[in-house]
Amino acid sequence: MLAPQLPLVLHLADNALVLGQRNAEWCGHAPVLEEDIALANHSLDLIGQARLLYQHAAQLMGEGHTEDSLAYLRDAPAFRNFTLLELPHHGPLAANSESDRDFATTLVRNFLYSAWALGMWTRLTQGNDPQLAAIAAKAIKETRYHWQHASDWVVRLGDGTSESQRRAQAAVNHLMPYTQEFWAPLAHEQAALHIGVSLQETQFLSEWNLLIAAVLEQANLTRPSDGGFLSSGNHGIHSEHMTYLLSEMQSLARAHPHAVW
Amino acid sequence: MSTNAATEWPLWEVFVRSKQGLEHRHCGSLHASDASHAMQMARDVYTRRQEGVSLWVVASAQIHASEPHDKAALFEPASDKIFRHPSFYEIPDDVGHM
Repeated sequence: MLAPQLPLVLHLADNALVLGQRNAEWCGHAPVLEEDIALANHSLDLIGQARLLYQHAAQLMGEGHTEDSLAYLRDAPAFRNFTLLELPHHGPLAANSESDRDFATTLVRNFLYSAWALGMWTRLTQGNDPQLAAIAAKAIKETRYHWQHASDWVVRLGDGTSESQRRAQAAVNHLMPYTQEFWAPLAHEQAALHIGVSLQETQFLSEWNLLIAAVLEQANLTRPSDGGFLSSGNHGIHSEHMTYLLSEMQSLARAHPHAVW
Repeated sequence: MSTNAATEWPLWEVFVRSKQGLEHRHCGSLHASDASHAMQMARDVYTRRQEGVSLWVVASAQIHASEPHDKAALFEPASDKIFRHPSFYEIPDDVGHM
């Protein structure tokens, strides 16, 4: 029988890997050198989290699974990350080629996700899967910094020039609806209960709302009302961007299976 | 608005304390929009390899530096006064590291 917490572990691993891969796209392209290094640091934090989680998942799964086979040899429908994390660094109107990568989109996404991750890691440190609790204890320190970095930038952009305000608000409008997936019938509530962790939707959601609201207010940004499309990456049904992300990330491992260096 | 001063973030000097009890040492500089921003960037740029336990950032504009052309007047008079080096004194063993 599969370990009951396995779907949760894979979900967390996929979140970390996919966002890590996305943010790494800024490497060599960030608006200033210092931010280039900062975003690459965050990517490495996330990929580090993904590795620990995949190692744990592979152990739970047995049957020859490894962190590499989980990261590099699964197809998009097997990935369980939130759709939010696979979206490109620009709004829905990519065709206007205003910008290939929009810094505000990246930072608003990190802001929305790291607030959720803070709540998740905090809860998991209390769980009775000791390995997952240890991973959570390590990850929460990194996530606190990601949150600080991203929310600081959201305030700077939102409360900055009219152009940065416009872009930050557009990013909030574009990305906020995808956060509904965080709370949509918590797919992993049962898995979490098995390891003694209560995800209590209302409590988790109200903590998240408070974190987000305080920063948005300081940033002069407005939160769009909930509703509309509900994404479902967490169920393996992804946006059209996911396969492009995976094919770039997995190309080496797929072309040269079992390659070592 | 086309001058660098108007469009570029100001420069900050970064000091890192490598461990408790040691002094902060200058390790480099970076551009940032204000002090807290500089602090964040210093963390990302200068402490990635566990270099430190504490950071200072100082606006470079606040540092008054000696002029290169004053070098001879300022520093050369000390070159023949070797008696100022403490190597002529014996340090008692129980003083330990100085």
